[in-house]
Amino acid sequence: MLRYIGKRLLNYVVLLYVAVSLTYFLAATQLNPRALFALRQPPIPPQIVEAQLRQYNLSDQVPLLERYWIWLTGVFHGDWGYSPLGVSVAEQISTRMWVSLRLLLIGTLAGILIGVAVGAWTATRQYMPSDRTITALSLLIISTPAFVVGTVTQMMAISVNNATGSRFFEFIGETGDVGNYPLADLVDRAQHLLLPTLVLILLGATSMSRIQRNLMLDSLGADFVRTARAKGLRQSKAVMKHALRTALIPTGTYLAYSVATMFVGATFTERIFSFPGIGQYGVDTITNRDVNGVVAVTAFAGVCVLVGGILSDIMVAILDPRVRLA
Amino acid sequence: MSELVVAEATIKPQRRLTRGQLIWRRFLRNKTAVFGAAGIIFLVLLALLGPHLLYWKFDDIDTGAFLAPPDSAHLLGTTQAGRDVLALTVRGLSKSLLIGFLVALMSTSIAALVGASAAYLGGWYERAMLWIIDLLLVIPSFFLIAVASRGAPEGDASWLILVVLLAAFAWPLSARVVRSMTLSIREREYVLAAKFMGLSAFRIIVRHILPNASSLLIIDAALGVGYAILSETGLSYFGFGVQAPDTSLGTLIGEGSTMATTFPWIFLGPATVLVFLVMCVNAVGDGLRDALDPSSASGGRA
Repeated sequence: MLRYIGKRLLNYVVLLYVAVSLTYFLAATQLNPRALFALRQPPIPPQIVEAQLRQYNLSDQVPLLERYWIWLTGVFHGDWGYSPLGVSVAEQISTRMWVSLRLLLIGTLAGILIGVAVGAWTATRQYMPSDRTITALSLLIISTPAFVVGTVTQMMAISVNNATGSRFFEFIGETGDVGNYPLADLVDRAQHLLLPTLVLILLGATSMSRIQRNLMLDSLGADFVRTARAKGLRQSKAVMKHALRTALIPTGTYLAYSVATMFVGATFTERIFSFPGIGQYGVDTITNRDVNGVVAVTAFAGVCVLVGGILSDIMVAILDPRVRLA
Repeated sequence: MSELVVAEATIKPQRRLTRGQLIWRRFLRNKTAVFGAAGIIFLVLLALLGPHLLYWKFDDIDTGAFLAPPDSAHLLGTTQAGRDVLALTVRGLSKSLLIGFLVALMSTSIAALVGASAAYLGGWYERAMLWIIDLLLVIPSFFLIAVASRGAPEGDASWLILVVLLAAFAWPLSARVVRSMTLSIREREYVLAAKFMGLSAFRIIVRHILPNASSLLIIDAALGVGYAILSETGLSYFGFGVQAPDTSLGTLIGEGSTMATTFPWIFLGPATVLVFLVMCVNAVGDGLRDALDPSSASGGRA
């Protein structure tokens, strides 16, 4: 068993190494950081541009493999390089990671919980009016991209603000004007979190409820639920104890996976509500031709996916005795 | 009396349904899917005929109306540059539709060929393909497509490069499903018979294996259209996908959403069209899945 896990981990590490290296080659050949300095007024002398690019290992006059080698040895010493303008990539990632975490933790978890509850409930009421209404609504929300949901939420919040003449809904950044009363700081942060969290819950809960509804329908029709009813259990107890529990096993793996990958999953929400998180950073690095930054974000995302994969394997082993005993 | 009933039952003509008729009936029974299909036909007609029927072209600039709200001259208003939002939306719709369908077609084809050949040929080839699939799933495709499209050459055909990039990252998951399906199909008698008759592996895969996985492939392509449209508009929203002067629904929404609270018409037009389009595509995809899947209960009796 240990040997199997070790082999799998090794495979993951090789996979990640190849993925990140490929990203480096792609970014280093496609992003062309020299163009950043081309449009400056007054024009910068070419020698100075070249010196700056060489300082951060970004010059396209240095052979690609040589740049790659310098970058790779740097990474093994914990140095992820600098942007063309000299900002440390590692520093950016380590501060933005927490911004993303603060933004996404509540929204992701609440979204999954609500989604599971709604999905399980609608499954027990299959084809009744409530189920049909929720199915139609979720078809609408699933078809709406995150950037439309976010913008519409903002528009509605502004019209509420204008109608009531208050500034209850905040939608720019993490913090704003802090009032002068006890716990004002906390209230301010909560106000800024409210709208993006609502968007995350809406999007997460909808897709989760569809998955959970299908799982629940499968397990509601299973023989062991009928057996539970036949031996005299009440319907509610048979559903809660026998059907729901089995239907939660795949959800557990999904939960582990989505918590690990949530850091990079909310690029649109971060952008619309101006949270300087990892997703926003990924977009900024590409816009600003920041080769080292793009590669670091890719590596971070890759680690998240692999950790999510491992966590969901562990989750299955915990939840499903058949896997554990095999 | 009972003899009479039996006689009647045997005389009554037994209409036999072909598989196509069966699927068609099941699809028609699903009202949401029929509505979706009608919606898609409407949008395709709008994208094809719109540019000929509308007064304004998408790259016309009306110097008399900058950021004008909707009125009789500009039904959906104008942008900051004085371009007609309705004409832009129709243009963006045709681009998003084209990209969506092309990407779905390409990625399903790649998935079918790679998945089926991996399972049929086995050995080191299968291991290599599975490894590539794992690799593509680890890489965050959104950022990589954005990086690659930034360095791509500009011009009229640059959207074709975007199609290739989107398809290149969209196939891995479906290829896995096709592979596991092929694993059971390749043991069937008709495949073995074809093999012992000396048919080449490629012919067996294309003629005997893929037709028997066709329901899966059709469903995959139908659901892939929605996925492709959402990916393309997402990239264009950030300015990475379709490049100016051309436009897509994502580009328009990206432009409009920065001013959505003060000049909502630039955002609302394209956003409504996009949501309606994706909803129709998803409805048809779900309807096809119910109609084609033999184990599906929602199709009801034939």
